[in-house]
Amino acid sequence: MTPRALAASAITVVAALALTGCVAKADLAAAIPVAITDDACGVEVATAEAGALTFRLTNSGSEVNEFEVLADDKLRIVGEKENVAPGQTVDFTAHLEPGTYYTACKFQQVGAPVGLAEFTVTGEAGALSEDRQVLADQAVTEYLAYVRSQAAELLPAVEEFAAAYAAGDDEAARSLYATTRIPYERIEPTAEAFGDLDPQIDFREVDAVADGLEWTGFHRIEKDLWPPAAGDLNSDGRDASADWAPSTPEERRAFADQLVADVAELHDLVTAEDFSVSLDAISNGAIALLDEVAAGKITGEEDWWSGTDLSDFAANVQGAGVAFGAVRALAETTDAGAELAAGIDARFDDLEAALATYGSLDDGFVDYATLTDAQKKGLSDAVNALAEPLSQLTATVLGA
Amino acid sequence: MAEQAPAPGSRDGISRRGILGLFGAGAAGAVVGAAGGAGTAVAVTGAFGGPEASAAYDFHGTHQAGITTPAQDRLHFAAFDVSDSLDRAGLVGLLADWTDAAARLTQGLEVEEGGAVGGSDHAPPADTGEALGLPAAGLTITFGFGPTLFEDAAGVDRFGIAARRPPALQALPRFQGDALKAEWTGGDLCIQACADDPQVAVHAIRNLSRIAFGRASLRWSQLGFGRTSSTSTSQSTPRNLFGFKDGTANVKAEDGEALAEHVWVDAADEPAWLAGGSYLVARKIRMVIENWDRVQLGEQEQLVGRSKGEGAPLSGGTEFAEPDFEATGATGAPLMAATSHVRLAHAASNGGVRMLRRGYNFVDGNDQLGRLDAGLFFLSFQRSPEQFVTVQRSLASDGLNEYLKHVGSAIFAVPGGIRPGEHVGQPLFA
Repeated sequence: MTPRALAASAITVVAALALTGCVAKADLAAAIPVAITDDACGVEVATAEAGALTFRLTNSGSEVNEFEVLADDKLRIVGEKENVAPGQTVDFTAHLEPGTYYTACKFQQVGAPVGLAEFTVTGEAGALSEDRQVLADQAVTEYLAYVRSQAAELLPAVEEFAAAYAAGDDEAARSLYATTRIPYERIEPTAEAFGDLDPQIDFREVDAVADGLEWTGFHRIEKDLWPPAAGDLNSDGRDASADWAPSTPEERRAFADQLVADVAELHDLVTAEDFSVSLDAISNGAIALLDEVAAGKITGEEDWWSGTDLSDFAANVQGAGVAFGAVRALAETTDAGAELAAGIDARFDDLEAALATYGSLDDGFVDYATLTDAQKKGLSDAVNALAEPLSQLTATVLGA
Repeated sequence: MAEQAPAPGSRDGISRRGILGLFGAGAAGAVVGAAGGAGTAVAVTGAFGGPEASAAYDFHGTHQAGITTPAQDRLHFAAFDVSDSLDRAGLVGLLADWTDAAARLTQGLEVEEGGAVGGSDHAPPADTGEALGLPAAGLTITFGFGPTLFEDAAGVDRFGIAARRPPALQALPRFQGDALKAEWTGGDLCIQACADDPQVAVHAIRNLSRIAFGRASLRWSQLGFGRTSSTSTSQSTPRNLFGFKDGTANVKAEDGEALAEHVWVDAADEPAWLAGGSYLVARKIRMVIENWDRVQLGEQEQLVGRSKGEGAPLSGGTEFAEPDFEATGATGAPLMAATSHVRLAHAASNGGVRMLRRGYNFVDGNDQLGRLDAGLFFLSFQRSPEQFVTVQRSLASDGLNEYLKHVGSAIFAVPGGIRPGEHVGQPLFA
């Protein structure tokens, strides 16, 4: 089963629903104990029958924690319980269809998942809800959780990266650059919705100059870490050393601090109580991520100095896949939509296979400059092949 | 006066949507020959329903349209590579989708009904829309299959059709003067879109490319802005960028015997699935026009073998007079020089071989030296590729070669005509 196919399963998350007594298959006695500590996330069983599964979370650590059930791509959050305080025991119920999942905790509710463990759900698939409103609510819940999880991963990663850069540890900073950007690239359309934030975080030099903005963020730091040689050109063909000089230690500190502050602001915005996303914003976000790839990454202009475009590329594609997965059940309420979804799946598989020949997000990708024009065209063809059916998604999801 | 060159600027006096646009200047009221089997023109009302009208050619017929159809003024030609992920059924599906779209587009319709603005506000329009309000503009869409469709560069038979490959369908041999660039050479499939409105031709290629995303992708494409051949006696002879009339002695739609002998693959020829089809050779020929423009008029005419004004052979007579290759001048030298283009390209120098030429002028901006990137996008249809090879070899000593550089090359088998309900090349997959 592909990561996206899993989204066909209807997943309803009802925290503490068990307390109402209105539970179909799992009863209180069958609640699955989860032992949470600061550095562990012990789920007592690794297999369960499909249906409403109740996890009994006990936080014996020192700080607030969070429990997540992830899809088999280890990215898409199909259910989560936030704000599990130290010393607290709380029940959390998720309706899970058969498939492979992962459970994890998130210490202090930020950073990478802790204690990631496979969790298998067996049995018969239940009937998919045909209530569009239910499916729409699920899609929003699921995607919102994803955006928040990525923002939560991004913040500590940026802090580490920025600290290395500010301290002049260029080797460490270079090694962190591509991986730090991954959570950001996965949810870039969301960040772009917040006016100034994306330009401050992710503007390329040529865009900042064109817009008359002070150039800050990832790419400013990138150029310090991979400084141009004399005579090198920028992506617009201009002298890369014109109106540019390596940052002083003071400037580095300022750029580092600002990037952390901007990312922290992004995190605050998406985790705010009143933050939400609309259904069409989710599917349009999937389309926008592919547009990002087609416009910037495929030309090699995004990470001009580091050559790490393929990492951004893969993260954009992953983010698009998650957004598609969130709304897919809605799309599949019609035959035409089901056909569209199957086609999109096949194109995602093709694109991911094409990307995999150049590396992976875990192990890194080759420098984009090493690709031949024919190889770039191969990727471009795969992007076009996916983007064309994906562009039909919003109308299908909205049933309009 | 068919021999007269159109007066400069006469084209400008005709509305883009005007009925005369189809036939080009100087050929108003042309009678379209039906000899080609696909040359029937009917007047249709413009999409705005106004009084403006334009011709639309039948998409279906014995032969594909766009070969003997009176050469339209504009071209958009595209070569595609089929995705390695496509199987035989997928290829057939693509050809069927292309056929359906082409049948509509050539009638001046959107790629699907309500395609441009009649769909959902939340979905991209199925039709890209730039031809809204434009008539069919004589659009023809002609499909071809390249050698690599049958067997790719690695010798793989991707679609189970290698055994049905026409033996003659091979990459062209190397010719003198070749400076081929990979980016303008080859292709698994081709589409020739010709129309009297450039926007209509571009709209066709753009939408067909879009339909193919994920199944086939553009390998190279070429715009042509002015026809350099007449394919019907109803047309006046146009000029190429050397300023000379081109295609005077072309095989024309009205000459059924010549078409049967030189252009159409006969049912008795191999393979049977190609009956009623033809072979298309495309050559992108860059002209070094800055140098050419410094050549004296007399020498230009000697190099070509025709007068620049009327286009008459230098051996005498009017444009359509047969050249006399034996005629000599006062000095005893042949009036049609031994290295003249007309002599070397003529059937008499090539064992009677002729072709139907359908080329277009192009200017793709300029090169880095400030020279116009201009030339002739040569297109010819012939019963066998050998005809082109014979003539091109003969042209090895062509005096014009000093001003020509062949930078792109491709060959395609063009299946026969498409019947309603069928897709292009259906007999190949039967």
